[in-house]
Amino acid sequence: MNAPSEFLDYGPDALILAGLNGRNWGLGDYIARGGYEALKKILAEKVAPANVIAEVKKSGLRGRGGAGFPTGLKWSFMPQQYSGDKYLVCNSDEGEPGTFKDRDILRYNPHILIEGMAIAAYAMGCKRGYNYVHGEIWDTYERCEEALEEAYQAGLLGDNILGSGFSFHLYNCHGYGAYICGEETALLESLEGKKGMPRFKPPFPASVGMYGKPTTINNTETFAAVPWIIRKGGEAFLNLGRPNNGGTKIFSVTGDVERPGNFEVKLGLPFASLLDMAGGMRGGHKLKACIPGGSSMPVLPADIMMATDMDYDSIAKAGSMLGSGAVIIMDETRCMVRSLLRLSYFYFEESCGQCTPCREGTGWLWRVVNRIEHGQGRNEDLDLLISVSDNIAGRTICALGDAAALPVKSFIKHFRDEFQYHIDHKQCLVPAYV
Amino acid sequence: MCRALRTGSLVNRLIMLSSDALKRIDREIAKYPPEHRQSAVIAALAIAQDEHAWLSTETMDFVAHYLGMPPIAVYEVATFYEMFDTEPTGKYKLTICTNLPCALSSAAQAAAHLKQKLGIDFGETTADGLFTLKEGECFGACGDAPVVLVNNKRMCSWMKPEQLDGLIAELSAEAKR
Ligand SMILES: Cc1cc2nc3c(=O)[nH]c(=O)nc-3n(C[C@H](O)[C@H](O)[C@H](O)COP(=O)(O)O)c2cc1C
Ligand code: SF4
Ligand code: FES
Repeated sequence: MNAPSEFLDYGPDALILAGLNGRNWGLGDYIARGGYEALKKILAEKVAPANVIAEVKKSGLRGRGGAGFPTGLKWSFMPQQYSGDKYLVCNSDEGEPGTFKDRDILRYNPHILIEGMAIAAYAMGCKRGYNYVHGEIWDTYERCEEALEEAYQAGLLGDNILGSGFSFHLYNCHGYGAYICGEETALLESLEGKKGMPRFKPPFPASVGMYGKPTTINNTETFAAVPWIIRKGGEAFLNLGRPNNGGTKIFSVTGDVERPGNFEVKLGLPFASLLDMAGGMRGGHKLKACIPGGSSMPVLPADIMMATDMDYDSIAKAGSMLGSGAVIIMDETRCMVRSLLRLSYFYFEESCGQCTPCREGTGWLWRVVNRIEHGQGRNEDLDLLISVSDNIAGRTICALGDAAALPVKSFIKHFRDEFQYHIDHKQCLVPAYV
Repeated sequence: MCRALRTGSLVNRLIMLSSDALKRIDREIAKYPPEHRQSAVIAALAIAQDEHAWLSTETMDFVAHYLGMPPIAVYEVATFYEMFDTEPTGKYKLTICTNLPCALSSAAQAAAHLKQKLGIDFGETTADGLFTLKEGECFGACGDAPVVLVNNKRMCSWMKPEQLDGLIAELSAEAKR
């Protein structure tokens, strides 16, 4: 396990990552922080599952994995009367470039996920759950296995949990290097032991999910927010953030800042304050651009970003999306063509290939950006890029197609001059690595 | 019964893995309902790869037989997921993430340093068979950039040229032992 950074300062408003020092991840430490109180409470008081879901609805919690779908609503789609097996799945396949928050939850506070999943399983009547961990973070996966073992030993998982009659079996499993498996239906295919090729929706996983059974999939951070909501109430959580944007959110800040890292803040924090928490711009440089929600989201120029607050609705109004909460910061020394080239390569490389617009389109985008970057751009190329993007977005099975197209359009929209300069002068404005 | 079991060639039936590896695979299989042994295929292939360094057809056939899957379904999985190697690699496979967030924190320079130091490009193996260099996509560890994975399992963080030199020296010494 990597040594934790000298200090784990996630910010004063942290709930999920509060009080962590990199070593106090064990069951005893978690219980000392108030852990498992929420689970014990609902089991002891035999709270009706529908009331647990109602509390989560009230909290305004929205999915932290990318799409921001209201969690309580998603949970209510699970058929309550269904008598067969129902599954609960945690999406810990964190692979969206710029995002590394779930890893810190899993390695430094794994029991909060276990408790959150147990509560969710109780609410939806799931007897089995799987936590699908990104393949590259092996030491974190092993940490999850240790934590699970502790929870089983303490009777917090398994049959008849704490004598309540409620049973829930949770298992860890892992991917092995495929970004697309973060897409929920690709993840299900992977869990079933197949290539991670997304399924057509509908039917949605709540009707036909793992092994064809009703399944709910949430992101790690989404589940991790649940114990606090049950303990303190949905309304308290909502009030931390803004209407429709409840609670805290972990932002992973990377790029040209003094102190890249994770920061858990109340939704609605001004972007400028988040930038300050990350130590400000590296080396006193100037902010040029920011991708506020992971590489799949549109890039925004400095002036728009500086006027934006960090919540789902504000970022959407500014023209991008909060996504997974990965905030990628670029200063004035960065070349936008080169940056887009690297992202385009990624989507080309990770397309699963089953839809023609995505398979062919991502390759096309990459080749055209590549020739612009290498001094072979043609005058019509910018319009060509936009037309190819338009022909991918909305025409594919999963959202990877959109994820490849949206950045291209936004880079050209906000930094068209820079692309044009490359085409006209066959060279870059800023001769940097990126 | 699946085809692998019915027509299983002799090679399918040879035990390709140690008893320890089989025990670990059994533990993975037990995580799923008994009729869904196939769900353990990624874990099983990862365990097999740890033991043999890469996945030969024989190894994959054995995993197919063990899980009751058609061999082709196992090949599909092994070639879909980036971290599996269906060709021999060097003793140490170094994968470095060069995606944009890491590149903004010197990953491109780190990759260039590794290439120059080892005298190979991405996708190549050094003449002495010690190192294979691969370009990776986001490991979910971008805050630690540059990040290098050694043989899929060991993650090395904040790898500036000095630390990269240290890692190469350490692994070279380990190989001699
Ligand atoms: C290409 C692609 C990659 C994705 N990667 C992830 C991921 O790594 N982690 C994640 O939680 N969700 C990811 N998602 C979103 C999931 O499909 C799904 O919406 C999410 O896990 C639902 O959980 P939530 O409602 O709690 O956010 C991805 C989606 C797409 C289209
Ligand atoms: S959009 Fe791309 S990644 Fe998604 S299913 Fe289609 S080809 Fe696969
Ligand atoms: S971009 Fe390199 S680890 Fe995420």
